[in-house]
Amino acid sequence: MELINALVALTNYVIIPATAYGAQLALGALGVTLIYSILRFSNFAHGDTMAFGTAVVILITWGLQAMGISFGPLPTALIALPFGIAVTALMMLGTDRVVYRYYRRIRAQPVVLVMVSVGVMFVMNALTRFLIGVDQINFADGERFIISARTWNQMTGMREPLTLRTTQAITVVTAAITVVALFWFLNRTRTGKSMRAFSDNEDLALLSGIDPDRVVKVTWVLTAALATIAGTLYGLDKSFKAFTYFQIVLPIFASAIVGGIGNPVGAIVGGFIISFSEVGLTYAWKKVAGYLVPAWEPDGLVQLLSTDYKFAVSFVILILVLIFRPTGIFRGKVV
Amino acid sequence: MSYLDASNMTGGYGKADILHGCTLTVEKGQIAVIVGPNGAGKSTAMKAVFGMLPLRGGSVTLDGTDITALSPQDRVKKGMGFVPQVNNVFPTMSVEENLEMGAFIRDDDFHDTMEQVYTLFPILKDKRHQNAGELSGGQRQQVAVGRALMTQPKLLMLDEPTAGVSPIVMDELFDRIIEVARTGISILMVEQNARQALEIADRGYVLVQGANRYTDTGKALLADPEVRRTFLGG
Repeated sequence: MELINALVALTNYVIIPATAYGAQLALGALGVTLIYSILRFSNFAHGDTMAFGTAVVILITWGLQAMGISFGPLPTALIALPFGIAVTALMMLGTDRVVYRYYRRIRAQPVVLVMVSVGVMFVMNALTRFLIGVDQINFADGERFIISARTWNQMTGMREPLTLRTTQAITVVTAAITVVALFWFLNRTRTGKSMRAFSDNEDLALLSGIDPDRVVKVTWVLTAALATIAGTLYGLDKSFKAFTYFQIVLPIFASAIVGGIGNPVGAIVGGFIISFSEVGLTYAWKKVAGYLVPAWEPDGLVQLLSTDYKFAVSFVILILVLIFRPTGIFRGKVV
Repeated sequence: MSYLDASNMTGGYGKADILHGCTLTVEKGQIAVIVGPNGAGKSTAMKAVFGMLPLRGGSVTLDGTDITALSPQDRVKKGMGFVPQVNNVFPTMSVEENLEMGAFIRDDDFHDTMEQVYTLFPILKDKRHQNAGELSGGQRQQVAVGRALMTQPKLLMLDEPTAGVSPIVMDELFDRIIEVARTGISILMVEQNARQALEIADRGYVLVQGANRYTDTGKALLADPEVRRTFLGG
Protein backbone atom coordinates (compact mmCIF):
# COMPACT_ATOMS: atom_id res chain seq x y z
CA MET A 1 0.00 0.00 0.00
CA GLU A 2 2.79 2.35 0.92
CA LEU A 3 4.51 1.46 -2.33
CA ILE A 4 1.37 2.28 -4.29
CA ASN A 5 1.06 5.58 -2.45
CA ALA A 6 4.66 6.36 -3.35
CA LEU A 7 3.97 5.52 -7.00
CA VAL A 8 0.84 7.69 -7.06
CA ALA A 9 2.74 10.61 -5.53
CA LEU A 10 5.55 10.12 -8.04
CA THR A 11 3.12 9.99 -10.96
CA ASN A 12 1.25 13.04 -9.75
CA TYR A 13 4.21 15.29 -9.04
CA VAL A 14 6.90 14.04 -11.40
CA ILE A 15 5.79 11.76 -14.24
CA ILE A 16 2.69 13.63 -15.44
CA PRO A 17 4.14 17.17 -15.28
CA ALA A 18 7.49 16.08 -16.73
CA THR A 19 5.83 14.23 -19.61
CA ALA A 20 3.76 17.27 -20.53
CA TYR A 21 6.76 19.59 -20.21
CA GLY A 22 8.93 17.13 -22.15
CA ALA A 23 6.43 17.07 -25.01
CA GLN A 24 6.52 20.88 -25.16
CA LEU A 25 10.33 20.93 -25.14
CA ALA A 26 10.43 18.20 -27.80
CA LEU A 27 8.27 20.27 -30.17
CA GLY A 28 10.42 23.32 -29.52
CA ALA A 29 13.62 21.34 -30.06
CA LEU A 30 12.24 19.91 -33.32
CA GLY A 31 11.85 23.45 -34.64
CA VAL A 32 15.41 24.32 -33.64
CA THR A 33 16.78 21.13 -35.14
CA LEU A 34 14.91 21.65 -38.41
CA ILE A 35 16.37 25.14 -38.89
CA TYR A 36 19.80 23.87 -37.89
CA SER A 37 19.89 20.98 -40.31
CA ILE A 38 18.36 22.75 -43.31
CA LEU A 39 19.32 26.41 -42.95
CA ARG A 40 22.49 25.53 -41.01
CA PHE A 41 22.38 27.88 -38.06
CA SER A 42 21.20 27.87 -34.44
CA ASN A 43 18.04 29.94 -34.34
CA PHE A 44 18.05 31.85 -31.06
CA ALA A 45 14.83 33.58 -32.04
CA HIS A 46 12.92 30.32 -31.69
CA GLY A 47 11.67 31.02 -28.15
CA ASP A 48 10.32 34.37 -29.21
CA THR A 49 8.79 32.84 -32.32
CA MET A 50 6.91 30.60 -29.89
CA ALA A 51 5.91 33.68 -27.88
CA PHE A 52 4.73 35.52 -30.97
CA GLY A 53 2.74 32.54 -32.22
CA THR A 54 1.15 32.03 -28.82
CA ALA A 55 0.30 35.73 -28.52
CA VAL A 56 -1.51 35.57 -31.87
CA VAL A 57 -3.35 32.42 -30.75
CA ILE A 58 -4.40 34.18 -27.52
CA LEU A 59 -5.70 37.23 -29.41
CA ILE A 60 -7.70 35.00 -31.75
CA THR A 61 -8.96 32.99 -28.75
CA TRP A 62 -10.24 36.18 -27.15
CA GLY A 63 -11.91 37.12 -30.39
CA LEU A 64 -13.61 33.71 -30.61
CA GLN A 65 -14.69 33.93 -26.97
CA ALA A 66 -16.14 37.37 -27.60
CA MET A 67 -18.15 35.89 -30.45
CA GLY A 68 -19.38 33.21 -28.09
CA ILE A 69 -17.56 30.36 -29.85
CA SER A 70 -16.19 27.62 -27.62
CA PHE A 71 -14.81 24.12 -28.06
CA GLY A 72 -16.91 22.45 -25.36
CA PRO A 73 -14.70 20.81 -22.76
CA LEU A 74 -11.56 21.56 -24.79
CA PRO A 75 -9.78 24.93 -24.72
CA THR A 76 -10.92 27.45 -27.34
CA ALA A 77 -7.25 28.05 -28.13
CA LEU A 78 -7.22 24.78 -30.11
CA ILE A 79 -9.65 26.32 -32.63
CA ALA A 80 -7.47 29.43 -32.78
CA LEU A 81 -4.30 27.37 -33.27
CA PRO A 82 -4.47 26.88 -37.08
CA PHE A 83 -5.04 30.62 -37.59
CA GLY A 84 -2.16 31.38 -35.22
CA ILE A 85 0.06 29.05 -37.24
CA ALA A 86 -0.91 30.79 -40.48
CA VAL A 87 -0.10 34.24 -39.09
CA THR A 88 3.21 33.04 -37.61
CA ALA A 89 4.13 31.34 -40.88
CA LEU A 90 3.58 34.62 -42.73
CA MET A 91 5.69 36.35 -40.09
CA MET A 92 8.52 33.81 -40.59
CA LEU A 93 8.39 34.07 -44.37
CA GLY A 94 8.47 37.85 -44.05
CA THR A 95 11.43 37.72 -41.68
CA ASP A 96 13.27 35.42 -44.05
CA ARG A 97 12.57 37.70 -46.98
CA VAL A 98 13.66 40.85 -45.14
CA VAL A 99 16.52 39.51 -43.01
CA TYR A 100 17.83 35.98 -43.54
CA ARG A 101 17.68 35.84 -47.35
CA TYR A 102 20.31 38.54 -47.65
CA TYR A 103 22.75 36.62 -45.45
CA ARG A 104 22.11 33.43 -47.43
CA ARG A 105 22.82 35.26 -50.69
CA ILE A 106 26.19 36.54 -49.45
CA ARG A 107 26.88 33.04 -48.09
CA ALA A 108 27.43 34.29 -44.54
CA GLN A 109 29.15 32.04 -42.00
CA PRO A 110 26.80 30.11 -39.67
CA VAL A 111 28.01 32.18 -36.69
CA VAL A 112 26.95 35.37 -38.50
CA LEU A 113 23.49 33.88 -39.00
CA VAL A 114 23.37 33.02 -35.28
CA MET A 115 24.05 36.66 -34.42
CA VAL A 116 21.42 37.73 -36.94
CA SER A 117 18.93 35.42 -35.22
CA VAL A 118 19.79 37.07 -31.88
CA GLY A 119 18.82 40.37 -33.45
CA VAL A 120 15.60 38.87 -34.76
CA MET A 121 15.00 37.49 -31.26
CA PHE A 122 15.10 40.98 -29.70
CA VAL A 123 12.84 42.47 -32.34
CA MET A 124 10.38 39.58 -32.09
CA ASN A 125 10.43 39.78 -28.29
CA ALA A 126 9.66 43.49 -28.34
CA LEU A 127 6.97 42.99 -30.95
CA THR A 128 5.26 40.32 -28.85
CA ARG A 129 5.28 42.49 -25.73
CA PHE A 130 3.97 45.38 -27.77
CA LEU A 131 1.23 43.17 -29.17
CA ILE A 132 -0.05 41.57 -25.98
CA GLY A 133 1.73 43.15 -23.02
CA VAL A 134 4.09 41.77 -20.40
CA ASP A 135 1.58 40.42 -17.89
CA GLN A 136 0.89 36.82 -17.10
CA ILE A 137 -2.10 35.61 -19.10
CA ASN A 138 -4.22 32.52 -18.47
CA PHE A 139 -6.12 31.59 -21.57
CA ALA A 140 -7.05 27.98 -20.86
CA ASP A 141 -10.80 27.50 -20.72
CA GLY A 142 -13.13 24.50 -20.96
CA GLU A 143 -12.93 21.54 -18.59
CA ARG A 144 -10.04 21.97 -16.13
CA PHE A 145 -9.51 18.36 -15.04
CA ILE A 146 -9.83 14.94 -16.56
CA ILE A 147 -9.15 13.43 -13.15
CA SER A 148 -9.45 15.84 -10.23
CA ALA A 149 -8.22 15.04 -6.73
CA ARG A 150 -11.78 14.43 -5.60
CA THR A 151 -12.79 12.06 -8.43
CA TRP A 152 -9.53 10.18 -7.84
CA ASN A 153 -10.44 9.82 -4.19
CA GLN A 154 -13.95 8.61 -5.08
CA MET A 155 -12.60 6.23 -7.71
CA THR A 156 -9.92 4.58 -5.61
CA GLY A 157 -10.57 5.67 -2.05
CA MET A 158 -6.89 6.53 -1.79
CA ARG A 159 -5.67 9.29 0.48
CA GLU A 160 -2.83 10.22 -1.83
CA PRO A 161 -4.19 12.58 -4.49
CA LEU A 162 -3.67 12.27 -8.22
CA THR A 163 -4.77 14.83 -10.75
CA LEU A 164 -4.63 14.89 -14.51
CA ARG A 165 -5.31 18.27 -16.01
CA THR A 166 -6.99 18.55 -19.42
CA THR A 167 -4.12 20.69 -20.69
CA GLN A 168 -1.60 17.98 -19.82
CA ALA A 169 -3.49 15.34 -21.76
CA ILE A 170 -4.02 17.74 -24.67
CA THR A 171 -0.32 18.55 -24.69
CA VAL A 172 0.74 14.95 -25.00
CA VAL A 173 -1.90 14.02 -27.57
CA THR A 174 -1.30 17.10 -29.73
CA ALA A 175 2.46 16.66 -29.55
CA ALA A 176 2.14 13.00 -30.59
CA ILE A 177 -0.06 13.90 -33.57
CA THR A 178 2.30 16.70 -34.59
CA VAL A 179 5.36 14.47 -34.41
CA VAL A 180 3.70 11.67 -36.41
CA ALA A 181 2.59 14.19 -39.04
CA LEU A 182 6.07 15.74 -39.23
CA PHE A 183 7.80 12.37 -39.62
CA TRP A 184 5.29 11.27 -42.21
CA PHE A 185 5.95 14.48 -44.13
CA LEU A 186 9.75 14.19 -43.95
CA ASN A 187 9.90 10.47 -44.77
CA ARG A 188 7.02 9.90 -47.17
CA THR A 189 6.38 13.01 -49.25
CA ARG A 190 8.46 14.25 -52.15
CA THR A 191 8.84 17.71 -50.63
CA GLY A 192 9.83 16.23 -47.27
CA LYS A 193 12.42 13.98 -48.88
CA SER A 194 13.81 16.89 -50.88
CA MET A 195 14.23 18.77 -47.58
CA ARG A 196 16.18 15.86 -46.11
CA ALA A 197 18.27 15.67 -49.27
CA PHE A 198 19.00 19.39 -49.01
CA SER A 199 20.03 18.92 -45.39
CA ASP A 200 22.23 15.92 -46.26
CA ASN A 201 24.13 17.32 -49.21
CA GLU A 202 23.25 20.78 -50.45
CA ASP A 203 25.40 20.69 -53.61
CA LEU A 204 24.04 17.35 -54.77
CA ALA A 205 20.50 18.52 -54.00
CA LEU A 206 21.01 21.54 -56.25
CA LEU A 207 22.47 19.24 -58.91
CA SER A 208 19.38 17.05 -58.67
CA GLY A 209 17.19 20.04 -59.46
CA ILE A 210 15.81 20.63 -55.95
CA ASP A 211 14.72 24.26 -55.63
CA PRO A 212 16.53 25.73 -52.59
CA ASP A 213 14.09 28.65 -52.20
CA ARG A 214 11.18 26.27 -51.93
CA VAL A 215 12.97 24.12 -49.36
CA VAL A 216 13.72 27.23 -47.28
CA LYS A 217 10.10 28.40 -47.45
CA VAL A 218 8.66 25.04 -46.43
CA THR A 219 11.17 24.86 -43.57
CA TRP A 220 10.03 28.21 -42.19
CA VAL A 221 6.37 27.25 -42.44
CA LEU A 222 7.02 23.96 -40.60
CA THR A 223 9.07 25.80 -37.98
CA ALA A 224 6.28 28.33 -37.50
CA ALA A 225 3.79 25.50 -37.02
CA LEU A 226 6.02 23.67 -34.52
CA ALA A 227 6.80 26.86 -32.59
CA THR A 228 3.17 27.98 -32.40
CA ILE A 229 1.96 24.54 -31.30
CA ALA A 230 4.74 24.20 -28.71
CA GLY A 231 4.15 27.73 -27.40
CA THR A 232 0.39 27.35 -27.20
CA LEU A 233 0.63 24.00 -25.39
CA TYR A 234 3.15 25.47 -22.94
CA GLY A 235 0.93 28.50 -22.38
CA LEU A 236 -2.18 26.37 -21.84
CA ASP A 237 -0.35 24.05 -19.45
CA LYS A 238 1.28 26.81 -17.39
CA SER A 239 0.44 30.36 -18.44
CA PHE A 240 1.59 32.84 -21.03
CA LYS A 241 4.18 35.44 -20.20
CA ALA A 242 6.34 36.88 -22.95
CA PHE A 243 9.51 36.68 -20.90
CA THR A 244 9.22 32.99 -19.94
CA TYR A 245 9.38 32.12 -23.63
CA PHE A 246 12.61 34.02 -23.89
CA GLN A 247 14.05 31.88 -21.09
CA ILE A 248 12.75 28.60 -22.44
CA VAL A 249 15.28 28.81 -25.30
CA LEU A 250 17.91 27.35 -22.97
CA PRO A 251 16.14 24.04 -22.15
CA ILE A 252 15.05 23.80 -25.80
CA PHE A 253 18.61 24.08 -27.07
CA ALA A 254 19.77 21.69 -24.36
CA SER A 255 17.14 19.19 -25.59
CA ALA A 256 18.18 19.52 -29.22
CA ILE A 257 21.88 19.16 -28.42
CA VAL A 258 21.54 16.30 -25.92
CA GLY A 259 19.62 14.30 -28.52
CA GLY A 260 22.01 15.24 -31.32
CA ILE A 261 21.28 18.50 -33.11
CA GLY A 262 19.94 18.03 -36.61
CA ASN A 263 18.36 14.70 -35.70
CA PRO A 264 14.56 14.83 -35.22
CA VAL A 265 14.40 11.67 -33.08
CA GLY A 266 17.17 13.11 -30.92
CA ALA A 267 15.19 16.30 -30.38
CA ILE A 268 12.25 14.33 -28.98
CA VAL A 269 14.34 12.09 -26.73
CA GLY A 270 16.36 15.12 -25.61
CA GLY A 271 13.18 16.98 -24.68
CA PHE A 272 12.14 14.23 -22.29
CA ILE A 273 15.64 13.83 -20.83
CA ILE A 274 15.77 17.53 -20.00
CA SER A 275 12.22 17.69 -18.63
CA PHE A 276 12.60 14.63 -16.40
CA SER A 277 15.99 15.86 -15.13
CA GLU A 278 14.60 19.30 -14.40
CA VAL A 279 11.46 18.10 -12.64
CA GLY A 280 13.22 15.22 -10.88
CA LEU A 281 16.02 17.36 -9.48
CA THR A 282 13.77 20.16 -8.30
CA TYR A 283 11.05 17.94 -6.79
CA ALA A 284 10.82 17.65 -3.02
CA TRP A 285 11.09 13.91 -2.51
CA LYS A 286 10.12 14.00 1.19
CA LYS A 287 6.64 12.57 0.63
CA VAL A 288 7.78 9.69 -1.60
CA ALA A 289 10.68 8.97 0.75
CA GLY A 290 8.25 8.98 3.67
CA TYR A 291 6.18 6.24 2.01
CA LEU A 292 9.14 4.12 1.01
CA VAL A 293 11.22 4.41 4.19
CA PRO A 294 8.69 5.09 6.95
CA ALA A 295 11.34 4.98 9.70
CA TRP A 296 13.29 7.83 8.14
CA GLU A 297 12.18 11.32 8.98
CA PRO A 298 14.26 13.70 6.92
CA ASP A 299 14.84 17.22 8.24
CA GLY A 300 14.47 19.06 4.94
CA LEU A 301 12.28 18.54 1.89
CA VAL A 302 14.77 16.13 0.27
CA GLN A 303 14.92 18.53 -2.63
CA LEU A 304 18.19 18.50 -4.55
CA LEU A 305 17.72 21.94 -6.08
CA SER A 306 15.35 24.81 -5.45
CA THR A 307 12.94 25.32 -8.35
CA ASP A 308 14.53 28.75 -8.82
CA TYR A 309 17.54 26.91 -10.18
CA LYS A 310 15.69 24.77 -12.70
CA PHE A 311 17.44 26.43 -15.62
CA ALA A 312 20.76 25.46 -14.09
CA VAL A 313 19.81 21.83 -14.71
CA SER A 314 19.54 22.22 -18.49
CA PHE A 315 22.60 24.43 -18.48
CA VAL A 316 24.72 21.82 -16.67
CA ILE A 317 23.44 19.03 -18.94
CA LEU A 318 24.21 21.19 -21.97
CA ILE A 319 27.79 21.82 -20.79
CA LEU A 320 28.38 18.15 -19.94
CA VAL A 321 27.12 16.98 -23.33
CA LEU A 322 29.18 19.56 -25.18
CA ILE A 323 32.31 18.45 -23.30
CA PHE A 324 31.89 14.70 -23.41
CA ARG A 325 29.70 13.95 -26.44
CA PRO A 326 29.22 17.01 -28.62
CA THR A 327 27.34 15.07 -31.26
CA GLY A 328 24.64 14.09 -28.75
CA ILE A 329 22.99 10.72 -28.18
CA PHE A 330 21.89 10.15 -31.77
CA ARG A 331 24.98 11.51 -33.52
CA GLY A 332 23.61 14.71 -34.90
CA LYS A 333 25.65 16.67 -37.34
CA VAL A 334 27.99 19.46 -36.35
CA VAL A 335 28.74 22.01 -39.06
CA MET B 1 29.73 16.81 -85.34
CA SER B 2 30.22 14.76 -82.20
CA TYR B 3 27.46 14.23 -79.66
CA LEU B 4 29.34 16.28 -77.09
CA ASP B 5 31.63 18.89 -78.52
CA ALA B 6 33.48 21.07 -76.03
CA SER B 7 36.02 23.01 -78.02
CA ASN B 8 38.77 25.45 -77.10
CA MET B 9 37.61 25.82 -73.49
CA THR B 10 39.56 28.54 -71.70
CA GLY B 11 38.86 29.69 -68.16
CA GLY B 12 39.50 29.30 -64.44
CA TYR B 13 38.09 30.05 -61.01
CA GLY B 14 39.92 33.30 -60.36
CA LYS B 15 42.03 35.52 -62.55
CA ALA B 16 44.47 32.82 -63.60
CA ASP B 17 43.20 30.44 -66.26
CA ILE B 18 43.38 26.72 -65.58
CA LEU B 19 42.18 25.57 -68.98
CA HIS B 20 44.01 26.78 -72.05
CA GLY B 21 42.09 25.87 -75.18
CA CYS B 22 41.10 22.40 -74.05
CA THR B 23 38.95 20.38 -76.45
CA LEU B 24 36.90 17.30 -75.57
CA THR B 25 34.51 15.38 -77.79
CA VAL B 26 32.44 12.25 -77.16
CA GLU B 27 30.53 10.23 -79.74
CA LYS B 28 27.18 8.63 -78.99
CA GLY B 29 27.49 5.48 -76.88
CA GLN B 30 31.26 5.80 -76.57
CA ILE B 31 33.54 6.12 -73.60
CA ALA B 32 35.95 9.04 -73.41
CA VAL B 33 38.56 9.16 -70.68
CA ILE B 34 40.57 12.15 -69.47
CA VAL B 35 43.91 11.28 -67.91
CA GLY B 36 46.96 13.30 -67.01
CA PRO B 37 49.26 14.28 -64.16
CA ASN B 38 48.07 15.92 -60.94
CA GLY B 39 47.00 19.52 -61.45
CA ALA B 40 46.56 19.08 -65.19
CA GLY B 41 42.99 20.41 -64.96
CA LYS B 42 41.23 17.07 -65.61
CA SER B 43 38.39 17.62 -63.14
CA THR B 44 38.29 21.30 -64.04
CA ALA B 45 37.80 20.42 -67.69
CA MET B 46 34.90 18.16 -66.80
CA LYS B 47 33.37 20.81 -64.54
CA ALA B 48 33.65 23.26 -67.43
CA VAL B 49 31.71 20.86 -69.65
CA PHE B 50 29.04 20.68 -66.94
CA GLY B 51 28.86 24.45 -66.51
CA MET B 52 30.40 24.64 -63.05
CA LEU B 53 33.25 26.83 -64.28
CA PRO B 54 32.88 30.17 -66.04
CA LEU B 55 34.47 30.02 -69.50
CA ARG B 56 36.25 32.99 -71.05
CA GLY B 57 36.53 31.29 -74.38
CA GLY B 58 35.34 28.26 -76.26
CA SER B 59 31.94 26.62 -76.50
CA VAL B 60 30.09 23.50 -75.43
CA THR B 61 27.51 21.88 -77.66
CA LEU B 62 25.40 18.84 -76.84
CA ASP B 63 23.66 17.04 -79.69
CA GLY B 64 24.18 20.11 -81.87
CA THR B 65 22.67 22.57 -79.37
CA ASP B 66 24.91 25.26 -77.90
CA ILE B 67 24.67 24.97 -74.11
CA THR B 68 27.63 27.20 -73.20
CA ALA B 69 25.44 29.69 -71.33
CA LEU B 70 23.33 27.16 -69.39
CA SER B 71 23.56 26.49 -65.63
CA PRO B 72 24.42 22.94 -64.46
CA GLN B 73 20.75 22.39 -63.48
CA ASP B 74 19.61 23.31 -66.97
CA ARG B 75 22.26 21.05 -68.49
CA VAL B 76 20.81 18.18 -66.44
CA LYS B 77 17.46 18.91 -68.08
CA LYS B 78 19.19 18.86 -71.49
CA GLY B 79 20.44 15.32 -70.83
CA MET B 80 23.68 15.55 -68.89
CA GLY B 81 24.31 13.49 -65.77
CA PHE B 82 27.15 14.27 -63.41
CA VAL B 83 28.66 12.14 -60.65
CA PRO B 84 30.95 14.22 -58.41
CA GLN B 85 34.11 12.63 -57.03
CA VAL B 86 33.19 13.03 -53.34
CA ASN B 87 29.96 13.71 -51.45
CA ASN B 88 28.02 12.17 -54.31
CA VAL B 89 25.23 10.52 -52.29
CA PHE B 90 22.70 11.60 -49.63
CA PRO B 91 24.19 9.68 -46.68
CA THR B 92 21.23 9.62 -44.26
CA MET B 93 18.74 8.66 -46.97
CA SER B 94 18.07 5.14 -48.15
CA VAL B 95 19.39 3.87 -51.50
CA GLU B 96 15.88 4.03 -52.94
CA GLU B 97 15.40 7.60 -51.71
CA ASN B 98 18.74 8.54 -53.27
CA LEU B 99 17.46 7.26 -56.61
CA GLU B 100 14.15 9.08 -56.11
CA MET B 101 16.02 12.33 -55.49
CA GLY B 102 17.99 11.68 -58.66
CA ALA B 103 14.69 11.66 -60.52
CA PHE B 104 13.49 14.84 -58.77
CA ILE B 105 13.19 16.86 -62.00
CA ARG B 106 11.11 14.17 -63.66
CA ASP B 107 7.34 14.49 -63.51
CA ASP B 108 6.61 11.16 -65.21
CA ASP B 109 6.73 7.69 -63.69
CA PHE B 110 10.36 6.81 -63.06
CA HIS B 111 9.92 3.31 -61.68
CA ASP B 112 11.07 1.69 -64.94
CA THR B 113 14.32 3.64 -64.76
CA MET B 114 14.72 2.57 -61.14
CA GLU B 115 14.28 -1.05 -62.17
CA GLN B 116 16.93 -0.58 -64.89
CA VAL B 117 19.34 0.81 -62.29
CA TYR B 118 18.60 -2.17 -60.05
CA THR B 119 19.23 -4.54 -62.97
CA LEU B 120 22.54 -2.83 -63.63
CA PHE B 121 23.51 -2.81 -59.93
CA PRO B 122 21.75 -5.82 -58.35
CA ILE B 123 23.42 -5.19 -54.97
CA LEU B 124 21.53 -1.89 -54.69
CA LYS B 125 18.22 -3.70 -54.89
CA ASP B 126 19.18 -5.84 -51.90
CA LYS B 127 20.22 -2.76 -49.97
CA ARG B 128 17.53 -0.41 -51.15
CA HIS B 129 16.20 0.33 -47.65
CA GLN B 130 19.65 0.84 -46.17
CA ASN B 131 21.11 4.33 -45.77
CA ALA B 132 23.64 5.21 -48.46
CA GLY B 133 26.09 6.44 -45.81
CA GLU B 134 26.29 2.92 -44.34
CA LEU B 135 27.41 1.26 -47.59
CA SER B 136 30.95 0.38 -48.63
CA GLY B 137 32.90 2.69 -50.92
CA GLY B 138 32.21 0.69 -54.08
CA GLN B 139 28.50 0.33 -53.32
CA ARG B 140 28.28 4.04 -52.60
CA GLN B 141 29.78 4.76 -56.04
CA GLN B 142 27.10 2.53 -57.54
CA VAL B 143 24.45 4.57 -55.74
CA ALA B 144 26.07 7.74 -57.06
CA VAL B 145 26.08 6.47 -60.64
CA GLY B 146 22.54 5.13 -60.22
CA ARG B 147 21.35 8.50 -58.92
CA ALA B 148 22.78 10.23 -62.00
CA LEU B 149 21.18 7.65 -64.32
CA MET B 150 17.71 8.39 -62.93
CA THR B 151 17.29 11.43 -65.18
CA GLN B 152 17.94 9.13 -68.18
CA PRO B 153 20.92 11.22 -69.31
CA LYS B 154 22.36 11.00 -72.82
CA LEU B 155 25.81 11.90 -71.51
CA LEU B 156 27.08 10.65 -68.17
CA MET B 157 30.08 12.39 -66.62
CA LEU B 158 32.05 10.62 -63.91
CA ASP B 159 34.73 12.35 -61.85
CA GLU B 160 37.17 9.63 -60.74
CA PRO B 161 34.56 6.96 -60.07
CA THR B 162 37.15 4.48 -58.84
CA ALA B 163 38.96 6.78 -56.39
CA GLY B 164 39.57 4.95 -53.14
CA VAL B 165 38.07 1.59 -54.07
CA SER B 166 39.87 -1.76 -54.22
CA PRO B 167 41.17 -3.12 -57.58
CA ILE B 168 38.46 -5.79 -57.72
CA VAL B 169 35.72 -3.24 -57.14
CA MET B 170 37.39 -0.99 -59.69
CA ASP B 171 37.20 -3.70 -62.37
CA GLU B 172 33.55 -4.29 -61.53
CA LEU B 173 32.75 -0.58 -61.76
CA PHE B 174 34.47 -0.37 -65.16
CA ASP B 175 32.42 -3.37 -66.34
CA ARG B 176 29.24 -1.60 -65.30
CA ILE B 177 30.33 1.61 -67.02
CA ILE B 178 30.85 -0.36 -70.26
CA GLU B 179 27.34 -1.79 -69.84
CA VAL B 180 25.94 1.73 -69.42
CA ALA B 181 27.73 2.81 -72.61
CA ARG B 182 26.24 -0.17 -74.50
CA THR B 183 22.76 1.18 -73.78
CA GLY B 184 23.67 4.20 -75.94
CA ILE B 185 24.74 6.61 -73.22
CA SER B 186 27.92 8.56 -73.94
CA ILE B 187 30.42 8.58 -71.11
CA LEU B 188 33.03 11.14 -70.20
CA MET B 189 35.20 10.32 -67.22
CA VAL B 190 38.26 11.53 -65.41
CA GLU B 191 40.47 8.75 -64.09
CA GLN B 192 43.55 8.39 -61.88
CA ASN B 193 43.86 4.71 -62.78
CA ALA B 194 44.95 5.74 -66.27
CA ARG B 195 46.04 2.35 -67.62
CA GLN B 196 42.85 0.48 -66.74
CA ALA B 197 40.68 3.37 -67.83
CA LEU B 198 42.38 3.70 -71.23
CA GLU B 199 41.82 0.00 -71.82
CA ILE B 200 38.05 0.54 -71.89
CA ALA B 201 38.22 3.96 -73.58
CA ASP B 202 37.10 4.53 -77.15
CA ARG B 203 38.82 7.86 -76.90
CA GLY B 204 41.53 9.06 -74.53
CA TYR B 205 42.64 12.57 -73.72
CA VAL B 206 45.95 13.26 -72.04
CA LEU B 207 45.80 16.73 -70.53
CA VAL B 208 48.82 18.68 -69.39
CA GLN B 209 48.53 22.16 -67.89
CA GLY B 210 44.98 22.62 -69.06
CA ALA B 211 45.63 21.78 -72.69
CA ASN B 212 45.41 18.64 -74.85
CA ARG B 213 48.76 16.91 -75.11
CA TYR B 214 47.77 13.61 -76.76
CA THR B 215 44.43 12.59 -78.19
CA ASP B 216 43.77 9.17 -79.67
CA THR B 217 41.89 5.95 -79.09
CA GLY B 218 42.55 4.32 -75.74
CA LYS B 219 44.44 1.43 -77.35
CA ALA B 220 46.66 3.72 -79.42
CA LEU B 221 47.57 5.81 -76.39
CA LEU B 222 48.45 2.68 -74.44
CA ALA B 223 50.66 1.59 -77.30
CA ASP B 224 52.37 4.95 -77.73
CA PRO B 225 55.84 4.63 -76.12
CA GLU B 226 56.00 8.36 -75.43
CA VAL B 227 52.68 8.33 -73.53
CA ARG B 228 53.69 5.16 -71.71
CA ARG B 229 57.01 6.57 -70.62
CA THR B 230 55.70 9.98 -69.50
CA PHE B 231 52.28 9.26 -68.09
CA LEU B 232 51.79 5.57 -67.49
CA GLY B 233 55.06 4.79 -65.70
CA GLY B 234 56.69 2.66 -68.43
